[in-house]
Amino acid sequence: MASLQMAALLSAPSTPVPSDRVRVGSLRLSASSSSAARNGGALVVRSEAKVSGGGASARGLSLITHAVAEKAAAASSADSKPGHELLLFEALREGLDEEMERDPTVCVMGEDVGHYGGSYKVTKGLATKYGDLRVLDTPIAENSFTGMGIGSAMTGLRPVVEGMNMGFLLLAYNQISNNCGMLHYTSGGQFKIPIVIRGPGGVGRQLGAEHSQRLESYFQSIPGLQMVACSTPYNAKGLMKAAIRSENPVVLFEHVLLYNLKERIPDEEYVLSLEEAEMVRPGEHVTILTYSRMRYHVMQAAKTLVNKGYDPEVIDIRSLKPFDLYTIGNSIKKTHRVLIVEECMRTGGIGASLRSAIIDNFWDYLDAPILCLSSQDVPTPYAGTLENWTVVQPEQIVAAVEQLCK
Amino acid sequence: MAAALLRRASTSSSASLLRPLSGRLFSSDETVLSIETSVPFTGHKIEPPSRMVDTTPKELLSFFSDMALMRRMEIAADSLYKAKLIRGFCHLYDGQEAVAVGMEAAITKADGIITAYRDHCTFLGRGGNLVQAFSELMGRQAGCSNGKGGSMHFYKKDASFYGGHGIVGAQVPLGCGVAFAQKYNKEGAVTFALYGDGAANQGQLFEALNISALWDLPAILVCENNHYGMGTAEWRAAKSPAYYKRGDYVPGLKVDGMDALAVKQACKFAKEYALANGPIILEMDTYRYHGHSMSDPGSTYRTRDEISGVRQERDPIERVRKLILAHDIAPASELKDIEKEVRKQVDDAIAQAKESPMPDASELFTNVYVKGYGAESFGADRKEIRATLP
Repeated sequence: MASLQMAALLSAPSTPVPSDRVRVGSLRLSASSSSAARNGGALVVRSEAKVSGGGASARGLSLITHAVAEKAAAASSADSKPGHELLLFEALREGLDEEMERDPTVCVMGEDVGHYGGSYKVTKGLATKYGDLRVLDTPIAENSFTGMGIGSAMTGLRPVVEGMNMGFLLLAYNQISNNCGMLHYTSGGQFKIPIVIRGPGGVGRQLGAEHSQRLESYFQSIPGLQMVACSTPYNAKGLMKAAIRSENPVVLFEHVLLYNLKERIPDEEYVLSLEEAEMVRPGEHVTILTYSRMRYHVMQAAKTLVNKGYDPEVIDIRSLKPFDLYTIGNSIKKTHRVLIVEECMRTGGIGASLRSAIIDNFWDYLDAPILCLSSQDVPTPYAGTLENWTVVQPEQIVAAVEQLCK
Repeated sequence: MAAALLRRASTSSSASLLRPLSGRLFSSDETVLSIETSVPFTGHKIEPPSRMVDTTPKELLSFFSDMALMRRMEIAADSLYKAKLIRGFCHLYDGQEAVAVGMEAAITKADGIITAYRDHCTFLGRGGNLVQAFSELMGRQAGCSNGKGGSMHFYKKDASFYGGHGIVGAQVPLGCGVAFAQKYNKEGAVTFALYGDGAANQGQLFEALNISALWDLPAILVCENNHYGMGTAEWRAAKSPAYYKRGDYVPGLKVDGMDALAVKQACKFAKEYALANGPIILEMDTYRYHGHSMSDPGSTYRTRDEISGVRQERDPIERVRKLILAHDIAPASELKDIEKEVRKQVDDAIAQAKESPMPDASELFTNVYVKGYGAESFGADRKEIRATLP
């Protein structure tokens, strides 16, 4: 599945870049190949990569034109494809490692991130490499260590604060809301808070109600905060790097069930844009907006839908605050039908806000009411079957699209 | 000596309003005086410093004028609030000036200070000026936070003053974070995280103290104990009101917070300790004459006799005045003149602040995000949010 997505990513139509704006851009094809790939099929990656890795210029220059920086190719003797394969948590670690190496002010704080290597192994090996002052094991005191991260960010450090589970960060809600989000404003611009707050959230496999929370719905109305959700190894690494480089406080939402996704990502350094959504599968009939784990349920439903003759356009919105209404709007103008699939609960979730943002901005383009599939407004039960009924399943997505396209 | 005392900087130009505190030299006399603090220090798990404090006539006069300025500013803020020019919450510091002034005498601008909402005088002490302070209180453009913060959100980054925070206790982890950054960057500086006796019962304080002690951070936690957490007396809120002892494994020092010299000695001692060993707690035994804020008369939970008793016996400005007179540093008339001048400075600053306009409507949307390298933040449709207000 990941390779299909990779191909789909490479075939994504590139959004026009205003010439005056410098983009720390996303990886994209040269213009000619992107228009040819617009039908959304898999793109065959033809590469001239030699086994004995030459410089980057020898391999795939026709493929990659906007990499931020070029590293010498890490030759893998058995590999003939470009890039290297890894799991999502390793991609996060790679992004974090590269940023820590590049910028000595980047440090990591969290429970068991150091000696233990991180409860999901995202920070494994970093403590031995960078030492105890840059990869800090904290006691179980979310309120205060998040506050300390914010305090150190006020002086110019760039801490990456890990919540072992996003749900634990509810204990730090005051710090995140009042100090992290608002200090830039209330100080009249004097203090910047370049902090990254990250951690796994979402409904897992029978983890119980308190460990299955979706904090994006609680944080979304904090002014001054940016929120992004990663869903593939490719965007995980790119978003991690972008979040660390951003001068704004960024909350990076990872998902407990996605850490072991495998994908081939480029060797070259790349940084994604925090405010951009990702076109997963271009289509004509309906726009499906989703993020994080629900993306995979949507893609699974998309297979069924394609067999039934529908052509859904799937967009991983990635940026939960602010919404990328540019990409979303262009899609709605084309398809005129919207389905939002999210893991938040119905009340006050990301879908609720997205729905009203779409109504405010694109009402005239809609041919049908916006459908929003969310999790049920219940604490996540432990029993497996009940848990499955709490979140949106592919069958429901198929049924919703059929209803929309009637 | 009299000639030195008569040397005075110009008082009438408006430039004086923008001068930082005590830029004026009443006396350049630097002879060292050794003065005893009012009470000895009490230590918890540490040997307290000597109660003989070295100071100079110049320093004593600067204490006097700085504290007089702070006192005058707070009283003027009281009148402005009653005239409805200052709205919302306004927490006044009069009575506690010695803490701000004594601390400044012991440290540099590289050392950080962070406090809660009773921050007007701390802001002045860090080098803020009266016009910025009054403008911010009245919500004008010339305010230190452009009018968008208010009374509880004064900041001065270039002087390492980290604010100005409304939520009780939340500033302590922030302060420990600043201390962490100072250690990370090997700056050789310390951070003073101030909080009140009410905030001393916040869990995040002990969490931050634990982490600071584990990581040996140069953090100094200063409890400004004015004995009342809004309307609740300390003995009704804390099982153990000995706040300097509540660090348990972290040493503490109890200081008479109405004596600027004792505060200076304690802060100097704490800075040396923190740079070498890690966190330390200072408890400043102080008092506020006003209520918790302007909406609190301050007399429902304490007697007027208590307030006037403290004012008569322990007032910080009076204490320094008596010292100055006792050591013949300046005549009483000179001190009266200083107070008159301070009054004038404050009145001029208020007049100037009143002329500053309210912030522009477009300011509503500025500084929500930082526009910077790496990730520019857009509104819907990737354009800057334009303000469309009714």
